[in-house]
Amino acid sequence: MTEPLQRKEVVAARAIKVTFGAVKALDGADLVIHSGECVGLVGHNGAGKSTIVNVINGGLSPHEGTLTYGGSAVHGISAARASGVRCVFQELSLCPNLTVNENARIMHAELKGWNWRSRAGELVRGQLQKIFPGHAIDCDSTVDDLSIAERQMVEIAISFAGLNQRPKLVILDEPTSSLDAGLAAQLMTYIRTFIGEGGSVLLISHILGEILSTSDRIVVMKDGRVVADRAAKAFNTHSLVEAMGNVVREQEFSRKVTERTGAPVLSMPPHPRHGIAFQAYRGEMIGLAGLGGHGQTDALLDLYLEHNSNWWPSRKREIAFVAGDRSLNGTFPLWSILKNLSIASLGQLSSRKMVSDSREATLGSGWKQRIEIRTPDMQNRILSLSGGNQQKVLFARALATTASTVLMDDPMRGVDIGTKQEVYEILRSEAANGRTFIWYSTEMDEIRLCDRVYVFREGAIVAELVGDEISEKNVLAASFSEGEAA
Amino acid sequence: MKLSSGTIRLIIPAASLALLLAAVFYMQPRAMSYTGLNLLFNLAVPIALATIAQMLIMSVNDLDLSMGTFVSFCACVAATVLQTSPLLGVLIFIGAIAAYAGIGVLIHVRELPSIVVTLGMSFVWGGLAVLLLPSPGGTAPSWARAIMTAKPPVVPMAIVASILIAAVTHYIVIRSSFGVLMRGTGGNDRSVERAGWSVIGIRAATYALAGLFAILAGIALVGLTTSADANIALRYTLLSIAGVILGGGEFVGGKVSPIGAVIGALTLTLAGSFLSFMRISPDWQIGAQGAILIVVLALRLALNRLEKREKHQ
Repeated sequence: MTEPLQRKEVVAARAIKVTFGAVKALDGADLVIHSGECVGLVGHNGAGKSTIVNVINGGLSPHEGTLTYGGSAVHGISAARASGVRCVFQELSLCPNLTVNENARIMHAELKGWNWRSRAGELVRGQLQKIFPGHAIDCDSTVDDLSIAERQMVEIAISFAGLNQRPKLVILDEPTSSLDAGLAAQLMTYIRTFIGEGGSVLLISHILGEILSTSDRIVVMKDGRVVADRAAKAFNTHSLVEAMGNVVREQEFSRKVTERTGAPVLSMPPHPRHGIAFQAYRGEMIGLAGLGGHGQTDALLDLYLEHNSNWWPSRKREIAFVAGDRSLNGTFPLWSILKNLSIASLGQLSSRKMVSDSREATLGSGWKQRIEIRTPDMQNRILSLSGGNQQKVLFARALATTASTVLMDDPMRGVDIGTKQEVYEILRSEAANGRTFIWYSTEMDEIRLCDRVYVFREGAIVAELVGDEISEKNVLAASFSEGEAA
Repeated sequence: MKLSSGTIRLIIPAASLALLLAAVFYMQPRAMSYTGLNLLFNLAVPIALATIAQMLIMSVNDLDLSMGTFVSFCACVAATVLQTSPLLGVLIFIGAIAAYAGIGVLIHVRELPSIVVTLGMSFVWGGLAVLLLPSPGGTAPSWARAIMTAKPPVVPMAIVASILIAAVTHYIVIRSSFGVLMRGTGGNDRSVERAGWSVIGIRAATYALAGLFAILAGIALVGLTTSADANIALRYTLLSIAGVILGGGEFVGGKVSPIGAVIGALTLTLAGSFLSFMRISPDWQIGAQGAILIVVLALRLALNRLEKREKHQ
């Protein structure tokens, strides 16, 4: 790479391919980490960062390609741990019901024998003191009783600690997402010390400032591949954002400039500390963009619950919701396609509290034609459909209601491109008829279909893009903060 | 000094036991004696053991609905085979522990709901018990009888046994490495797995240990009653679950407390006596016992909420 000296490889993943069904999560990605270097890994959602981390830590075996630890090809979580690979995951992965010491015992199998409790305490306390000098964490307290930042600090300390053998490679996946600026700076300083002592770090972060200042080398991933792999000095914020994004495709959208008539259909005050307010007008298609998990789904749920009480659903509903996670909160797996479609509009379909079969069947056949649900019989089980067609049924469920506003929580995950185009058409025509769509999507192509886009970061709306401002570059620039976490 | 959440969790069960005990002593001062205490808490020993077994299962986020029939089965084995040919009896018990470990593996590997599997197993254990002892009978092994009716100086056997059970299980569940792994599996099994442990092994060992405690419950029960019956411990299923919850445990998340579970079992037993002293007819006792449970749980919820509010400030 950039070093003329041939350094020792800690982990080498070459030409890795991983597929989940039809989705190519990794499509021939290469990632080699040498001892004594900090590699920054950046990329947009779905670029394959988490997948390659899971391959390196042994949790996922690649379908193709080679993976070696220090030259030897072994597999599995224990093999990766034995090779000195440790991982701090994005979602906190401590046991919340155990104390800090007990968590250290779980992470460090070598802490056995008499009096492990106090030795674990010493280990974690010492490491915490090294990374975050002046912290106030009591190692005998239960993880449940710690704040989110403290939990993250504990997890980082446990991963860097080593009883007999120091870790060779520590993977940090968004380690500063819940640390404040001061703690994040302490961590970055420690990473440099650790590198100086010969360890390696793979740093994943959406805060480009951290990546640029701390890494020796930056790897940019896109669509399951490594698209750039250069020394950190060769990048600046601007060129890094550009490397992550697509080359702007020339595509014509019939994006209309909505005349904002009357009062907004939906509105939400800005986040208490920062950000801007949310407003939606009739007939608009509004995109919620930004990196995944930065408060978009919560915003949708807030909008929904504001109009539909949690306790007592109103008779006439103004808002319909299209769930993103089909199997978790979308389909009723034991029901027929028709029942799955009509569940939201049973009120309209019934007279004197009895559902009219004929009206239900009419509704079903109407939508079957309009949205092209590919099935011989609407009475078939919903699971007989492909994922894309199941998703169409969920769209039809929302659109068949009288609701004037439809909230969509990244509904196109795992849907093939053909189905997407069909659904986009229908959404467009429905919007033209005066329906309002609020659409959270992690896919840039979908965000570009919207009339107006709100970009989320850390639970708040940080930017509003209208019309031609909606471009991948602008969305990326807004979702990656340049400096420290707000 | 700031109390840890584990200590706070124990306050309510301990306070409710003390309150009930005070009420019983107030109504029936003669209970405040060696014999009186022994009589009050005698039947609590097998319930406490069964509660511990249930607590072990609950610490890995499962639930055992076969506890009652399994303890009945063990009581029948203890009153028949263990008495006549001890070696065969021990072998049967070892087989039962292996079966429990197998159930744990099955539930983990096939990702089955534990409620369904154990509900099915309850019919198996019930059937085996009836095969062994079609009509009530059998004799308790003399050693079991001797242990259960022993009269240690100063403190009655029931209290000594309860303290012993609480101390031993506290060591296993809270202090030992195995206990940490077990509760860790309940709290976040993915992170235990990522750290390189075999979650299957941990589950199997937990189930096996639960089987062992349930067997001890069966033997203790026979030691008290001197004979057995295929339906002798059916109500233990719900009693054991209630005991764990009453003692500060939770259904999910690996939050369990062995000391609390023993206290919970004692409280449940005492609640029965208390209601008898109140001259409440047996028809109403189950309902009244339920009411006591609801009051204690409501108190705990209120305390939890208070704790959460403090944390947010």
